[in-house]
Amino acid sequence: MTLSIEQRREHRLTTIEKSLARRHRKENGFRRLGLAAVLAGLTLVTILFASILTKGIPAFWQATLYTEIHFDPEVIDLPPAPVREAGETPYAFNERHTQWMTQVGLVNWQSLIDASLERALGEEVEPRQLRDLRALVASGERYALRDRFIADPSLLGDTVTIKMLAGADVDVWVKGNIDRDLPDARQQLSPQSRAWIDVLQDEDVLRQSFSTALFVNTDSRSSLASAGLAGAFMGSLFMMLVVIALSVPIGVSSAIYLEEFAPKNRLTDLIEININNLAAVPSIVFGLLGASIFIGYLGLPISAPLVGGLVLTLMTLPTIIIATRASLRSIPPSIRQAALGIGASRVQTVFHHVLPLALPGILTGSILGVAQALGETAPLLLIGMNAFVANVPGTPLEQSTALPVQIYLWQGNELRNFFEARTSAAIIVLLGLMLSLNALAIWLRKKFETRW
Amino acid sequence: MNVTKKTLSVAVVAALATGASAAAMARDTIQIAGSSTVLPFASIVAEEFGNTYSQFNTPVVGSGGSSGGLRQFCQGVGENTIDIANASRPIRSSEVESCGENGVNEIIEVKFGYDGIVFASRLDQNEFALTPEFVFKAAAAQVPQDGQLVDNPYTNWSQIDDSLPDQEITLVIPASNHGTREVFEERVIHPGCESVGEIEGDACNNLRGDGRIVEIAGDYTETLARLDAQDNAVGVFGLSFYDQNRDRLQVATMDGVTPSLETIGSGEYPVSRPLYFYVKGEHLDVIPGLAEYTEYFLNDMISGFGSPLEDAGLIPMDEGERAEVLENFESRTVVSAE
Repeated sequence: MTLSIEQRREHRLTTIEKSLARRHRKENGFRRLGLAAVLAGLTLVTILFASILTKGIPAFWQATLYTEIHFDPEVIDLPPAPVREAGETPYAFNERHTQWMTQVGLVNWQSLIDASLERALGEEVEPRQLRDLRALVASGERYALRDRFIADPSLLGDTVTIKMLAGADVDVWVKGNIDRDLPDARQQLSPQSRAWIDVLQDEDVLRQSFSTALFVNTDSRSSLASAGLAGAFMGSLFMMLVVIALSVPIGVSSAIYLEEFAPKNRLTDLIEININNLAAVPSIVFGLLGASIFIGYLGLPISAPLVGGLVLTLMTLPTIIIATRASLRSIPPSIRQAALGIGASRVQTVFHHVLPLALPGILTGSILGVAQALGETAPLLLIGMNAFVANVPGTPLEQSTALPVQIYLWQGNELRNFFEARTSAAIIVLLGLMLSLNALAIWLRKKFETRW
Repeated sequence: MNVTKKTLSVAVVAALATGASAAAMARDTIQIAGSSTVLPFASIVAEEFGNTYSQFNTPVVGSGGSSGGLRQFCQGVGENTIDIANASRPIRSSEVESCGENGVNEIIEVKFGYDGIVFASRLDQNEFALTPEFVFKAAAAQVPQDGQLVDNPYTNWSQIDDSLPDQEITLVIPASNHGTREVFEERVIHPGCESVGEIEGDACNNLRGDGRIVEIAGDYTETLARLDAQDNAVGVFGLSFYDQNRDRLQVATMDGVTPSLETIGSGEYPVSRPLYFYVKGEHLDVIPGLAEYTEYFLNDMISGFGSPLEDAGLIPMDEGERAEVLENFESRTVVSAE
């Protein structure tokens, strides 16, 4: 029995239709799967950002006291600041100056703060309540007051309105981050301190103000409310300078050599495989290496941004080499052939023709590599950069922390109520830096991009 | 050729920079590392020290646990080794020996106060009244029953004693890199072991491995996070940490005594330990401010009653003890390996 032409066509059509429907179904299924994956990813990122932002943004504002400080000459009983006399040796002047500074340090600056708070509260505070009173102000403020006086000794006798950070517990209380219904025994602040906070808030002496401390201060343990990111920021900056100064030239040069000049043989194959392997080595391994070689063998200082930079350079190099090679490889061979054809040497070909075209890719790769190094924490813990440092480093050889490490340290602080928000604020700062670096990479790529 | 030359020159410059910096290095900042229990105290002192003495830099304080700090301390003498190791337990003779092998012979021990170890649970959970015996029974690998040692059968606190709440046993303790672990064993597990009887010596230290004991290698924040995740857990904390987190934690009594500055200071609360730091004698005349820092730390205004360290949860030493420690330091009395 044979089918007519009509029937066979019919049969063919149904087969095609069936298979078409099946293929469409498959395609739709795959699309939906892909869309679901993207949505799931986006949701997770949104949740992450929402939680960091809601926790961190309030920390950019901090409970601050605006009180009138009277630089009482009875308390600040000091000789005038030494001025260098004609004929005095620098050493002798230095001696006199140190002596004066020591005297300044011995002044009871805290009592000036106590007195100003008493005036603001409008009541005499008994000595036994002094502890409750002092809990209101960040303990580091007395040094800020001292430094202000040293900078301007003519303040003596004046009454000036000064902005002082409230204590960390006060900030927590004012922001409502602690359950106000908890019994006294479970509160950080005494009932007296809490009553005073209400008074000061009513008088608008205590209010939320943008926290410059977060940006200009270093980490602090004795005056928790004053803890800031300045030291960590400078540490990260020095490290990034070291990373950029070392990894970009070394990485780009070795990539150019490997891609454009090196003969293709077993040795270069081996090198290539190992560079790819290095890119996959966990960063903590570089930390161990750094600790034993840079600190143990070369004798570089512990906790120094220089060592951190060197370790991160090792980590960033493979990334930059791979990115640079990829971007060199994407330049059409016709460019090279054309240059060679009109008589350019190989070096001229590379530097005059290939490299400018590959620049956007190289820049993007380098910036992303550096951004990755900026966020790296693990290797830094092993070279002592997780130490508590209360100085802003002036050189890459001075002890310092780094931004991601500071986040790690704050996350571990005992005073959870205060530092949870502070940690998120630091994360926002770090994320902001990363995003601006990435934006710079995109901008550079767009700017130098050439189309054929 | 040009490019290889460039690569070479970059490498040479980098090497030169590295070498030059190593030679130019002269550290004028005190470097400290060690116990995470001591870290908050040492950091406060470091900061106040830097603020008080304008001629010295603020010391740098790292963590790493008592053992980690002492290991770094014993790496040798020189500017790239630390000057002070913080410890929440006394130095071991094995550590003194390893120090000696690396040329660190002048180890000066400085005790600066006490810290209590408390058992705490979440505020929304049951209250605990513990004794070392209860804790031992909850934590041990094997307990005696009917004259025989059997694998620990307790899964619920109320099985150990009727006075304890009906709650699954989960105990979060510091891992062995912490000095606190040693105190936990010596002051809680060993007395508990003795009062149960039938087990002796090192066998007391065998803790159960069925997941009811959780060891934390990080700091107390990690222990707290564990309690947040596992609401029936009981955690081991330092008194100062508990003090800062009273709005989340409730503390268990030990032998009926509630831990506080007073009960630990008087010795009524049994689980407390002295805190130390070790100064490298070889560095005393090299690193500026090292001796001043130590004396500043021992100053009554800093670590005495009513001092910033007491506010931070340290239990101060009494006058006699303080004078003794200070005298020890001034005469540069060195720790020796027994």
